[in-house]
Amino acid sequence: MLKVAAKYPKVQFLHGGPTVWKEGMPTNAGSYNGFIDEAQYIAGIVAGYTSKTGKFGFVGAKPYPASLRNINSFTLGARTVNPKAMTQVIFTGDWVLPVKEAEAVNSLADQGIDVVTCHVDSPKVVIETAEKRGIFSSGYHVNQSTLAPKGYLTGAEWNWEKVYTDYVNWLREGKSWPHMRRGGLRAGIVRNAPYGPAVSEKARKQADDAKAKFTDGSFVIYKGPMKDNTGKTVIPAGKSYDATDIWLESMDWLVDGVRGSTRS
Amino acid sequence: MRLLGGSPRGAAEALTIPAGALAVSLILFGMFVALAGANPLGVYETIYSGAFGSWFSWQNTLQRATPLMLTALCTALPARLGLVVIGAEGALIIGALATVAIASVLPGASHWPVITAMMLAGMSAGGLWIGLAGGLRYYRGVNETISSLLLNYIAIALMNHLVGGPMRDPLVLHRPSSWHVGERNMIGLIPGMDVHWGLVLGVVGCIVTYVLMQHTVFGFATRIVGGNVRAARMAGVPVGRLTLVTCLIAGAAAGLAGTTEIAAVHGRASTSLVVGYGYTGILVAFLARQNPLAVIPVAILLGGIDAAGGLLQRWHDLPDATVYVMRGIIFLVILASEPVYGRLRVFQQSVVAPSDGVVPREAA
Amino acid sequence: MEALGWWGVPLAVLGGAIRGSTPFLFVSLGECLTEKSGRINLGLEGTLVMGAMSGYGVSYLTGSPWLGVLVAGTCGMVLGAVHASICARPRVNDIAVGIALMLFGLGLAFYLGKPFIQPNAPRLPAIPFGWWSESPQVRAALEVNVLFLIGAVLAPGLLWALYNTRWGLAIRAVGDNADAARTMGYAVDRVRLLGTVAGGFLAGIGGSFLSLYYPGSWNEAISSGQGLMAVALVIFARWNPLLCLFAALLFGGAGALGPALQSVGITSGYYLFNAAPYVLTLLLMIATSSTQRTLKGAPSELSVTK
Repeated sequence: MLKVAAKYPKVQFLHGGPTVWKEGMPTNAGSYNGFIDEAQYIAGIVAGYTSKTGKFGFVGAKPYPASLRNINSFTLGARTVNPKAMTQVIFTGDWVLPVKEAEAVNSLADQGIDVVTCHVDSPKVVIETAEKRGIFSSGYHVNQSTLAPKGYLTGAEWNWEKVYTDYVNWLREGKSWPHMRRGGLRAGIVRNAPYGPAVSEKARKQADDAKAKFTDGSFVIYKGPMKDNTGKTVIPAGKSYDATDIWLESMDWLVDGVRGSTRS
Repeated sequence: MRLLGGSPRGAAEALTIPAGALAVSLILFGMFVALAGANPLGVYETIYSGAFGSWFSWQNTLQRATPLMLTALCTALPARLGLVVIGAEGALIIGALATVAIASVLPGASHWPVITAMMLAGMSAGGLWIGLAGGLRYYRGVNETISSLLLNYIAIALMNHLVGGPMRDPLVLHRPSSWHVGERNMIGLIPGMDVHWGLVLGVVGCIVTYVLMQHTVFGFATRIVGGNVRAARMAGVPVGRLTLVTCLIAGAAAGLAGTTEIAAVHGRASTSLVVGYGYTGILVAFLARQNPLAVIPVAILLGGIDAAGGLLQRWHDLPDATVYVMRGIIFLVILASEPVYGRLRVFQQSVVAPSDGVVPREAA
Repeated sequence: MEALGWWGVPLAVLGGAIRGSTPFLFVSLGECLTEKSGRINLGLEGTLVMGAMSGYGVSYLTGSPWLGVLVAGTCGMVLGAVHASICARPRVNDIAVGIALMLFGLGLAFYLGKPFIQPNAPRLPAIPFGWWSESPQVRAALEVNVLFLIGAVLAPGLLWALYNTRWGLAIRAVGDNADAARTMGYAVDRVRLLGTVAGGFLAGIGGSFLSLYYPGSWNEAISSGQGLMAVALVIFARWNPLLCLFAALLFGGAGALGPALQSVGITSGYYLFNAAPYVLTLLLMIATSSTQRTLKGAPSELSVTK
């Protein structure tokens, strides 16, 4: 995209995703992304309260940093409620594999997992299969509550409407705009779905409290000491990484409490 | 004249019948988009301008045509033997993996030896992959269409496994990818164009295999086998060896396409290799009636259609699948036109009617 | 729910065999009929996806999943008819036509199916065969869809029909020796047309199972090549419809292996496990093919066995 942007200076090119715009790159280009893992953290809290077995399932596509971050944040959120929470990860191998996604949910349910969430292109199959198995689900990307009226707890959603409207307004007004735009719950780029019927009062309260902490900017998910699931210390005591820290964009480990591997 | 059908009539047929089939396909496709609410003439115009309307579109077209020329050979060459091989996709991927692997064991070497090694590695790996299908066919009677198809799936799974694990470059974040072959080992662009040298490799590959098939004893022998295996065996033609060698060459072509995808486009192996060049290559081969020389213009045609696909989406509100429908229609019409060869009276040589009034039909 | 631990793996394979085999079953039974009549139809992958799309779409638009299944079968019949009519022309290569039809069917399905990706259509019901079990996991694995039962009955039924009815005889005659069949008075092309159309009908139904039951959704990646693998399946089931049933169960089960192993902690090599069905097919084909004996049961007119 950068090559084409250099060729067409009158056109503005914006890329959504973890690749980062840096100084020196064409000024008619920019990148944007959201810290949806903050919303997954909240979802983890809600799941932690609702689960009876303390076992969670995550259906992923590939061990891609953004997915790993979602898995880790979800687990960390659940662990604030239940320190023994365990997340089982199943990677299907690709972003859209409906048969494998369905099989994954079935296998997870067979292992006593009662809350699943996912990071695949279309969570529809995961949510619907979870509902069929009678387990709880937490959504991703957009609101899937209509697919699982009983089991949907909450979800981590993008708020692209705000992002795009902002860009259009800035460009229209001729304002200078941030070439690298990232934000989470506080910036309003991501949000949580409304709580489903199965979410208890206590869960809602703790989740709302956590949301407030994100919104006032005081909360950091990734602070030491933190170990990964092989026992290695990935964040030493005393160190912490704010959500905007680039180090988090290259996450290649799974936190302690997650059963899964980042290598194929 | 020998290029096309061995006779003036043959040449004329080989040009007009496909052209006619293309025209019929365009009409059918026009009806299809009209049903979808788009203006057929506008669509034709967009396809033309997206494919051939400007230097930019031409380059886009040539870029897309380049791998197709080589992958088409993977189907066209075994077809001479009467085999239907659809394994170009797998051979391309295996060739790409071999390319990355060899570049990683020659880190210090300079540009030209590495490029040569990469090309040889890609061709050997791809050749062996299809050679496997050919061997299974000859020695075990395993149907080559199905075995080459299964090998495609297996190659993709192998690639995903390797780039996600043993061959993975941990610094690449946005998708699991292998190590890079090294910037200085990359194949560059043809001067003055936005298209890489792979285009030249494709054209050369087609010409060389054409000469091989039409003008050598080897090629002649393969055509005998394609005509009638039993007769060929009885005539002493070494069918097994021909099968293996042809499949090795076919796979080498597709493997070379894999090498150029790595060394000229991506630099590393990942799922961006799996975009259907192999399957489109099958289409090119059939449309070119398995003639390696005809593969060149047909690949350009299909590259053009694909290049126009994005424009169709934006300018006419047609979904991207429209291009697949168009390809499907062209393919079906071309295949349905097969019986027309040799039957059109226009092309039949005029013969003085013998005295009993019966006009002998020209041998097909 | 108690975790099953390692028992989860065979249970997943069993559940997968029941759930995942149905598309393979229907497509292979359909292809079996087509190939018995002497034609090979590789276009069934396109037919499968068209069936999935049309079934889901019709179910969404009309509220009846069974109507969706019927329409899916009808679409399959149309595509089968196209295949048969083009192949009936002289010198046309049926393998090439199949590939063309696959591309066309896929393209058409994607094209028409865009509006149906998001909405929720009514799905097919299941019959719980595991009511006897205390374990919810076993009960879930033994949820059987009616289509699977229909397929399971169809398999031996087709086998019987091929060898005990007039139609079966016609199909086999035309597939074994077209010239002899012609002298016996069979309209070869018409019988092949019927065989291919019937094959398309079954394949379309197999596709509707994918979208209307398991995984129960329509999108462009709904098929993982079941239509093409079913063609391989027919060959190593030796064109015997009953063996097609067993092979389909095997494939369905193999498809569940990857995720099931990950759920018990075997986290590496999942791509390789996911490739299990394909490797299995290839190995079985190598083991059961032979150059010397004509494949037993192979219709002699079939281009791949000539």
